[in-house]
Amino acid sequence: MSFKITSDVIDPVARKRELEQQAAGACVTFEGWVRNHNDGAAVQALEYEAHQAIAEKEGARIVEEAMTRFAIVAVHCEHRVGKLGLGDCAVWVGASAAHRGAAFDACRYVIDETKARVPIWKKEHYASGATAWVNCATRTS
Amino acid sequence: MTIEVTARYFAAFRERAGRDKERVQTQAHTAAELYGELAKRHGFADSIARCKVAVNDELADWNVALAAGDEVLFFPPVAGG
Repeated sequence: MSFKITSDVIDPVARKRELEQQAAGACVTFEGWVRNHNDGAAVQALEYEAHQAIAEKEGARIVEEAMTRFAIVAVHCEHRVGKLGLGDCAVWVGASAAHRGAAFDACRYVIDETKARVPIWKKEHYASGATAWVNCATRTS
Repeated sequence: MTIEVTARYFAAFRERAGRDKERVQTQAHTAAELYGELAKRHGFADSIARCKVAVNDELADWNVALAAGDEVLFFPPVAGG
């Protein structure tokens, strides 16, 4: 069980290996990728920033909550920071469990709570050259 | 009573304020009151309902009482994933 902020490329195969346990009969993983559009604007890249210590602390709470709420045997979340290009994996979540229902539920819970609670910010770089912080009303340009 | 605290800004707040931290003399009693002062000064447009605050590196309630020397971290709306 862990939650990590990283500036390195996320390796889904290595992450999945950490979920392997003989008591597990199901593994559900989620990958969030950088896509080429948002709200009608052409996106060329994303820049993620986090407060690493607080993000990892809040993230650890989220994966602990998932362990308590769902009948899973392992759960892991990793979120990348820095500048990412189209198609890059920005976030990876995986949960393993005896049965698939709990693994699906836990995976969904961890990504939803991470998006809502963890201090991570995302700046979109558009094809037009403009940039904007997602979800934010404060203008910076 | 006036106290001195350090305000730290992240992401959109940092870019809007043009700095990542500053010392602030304030009469604010709570983090919410301090945000109100700084939002006016720097033009932060996000309501506290959508933002988060941490005091001395721990997430805190907006109504937390401030003490002299506190480091208050202002987080704009998060957008992970």
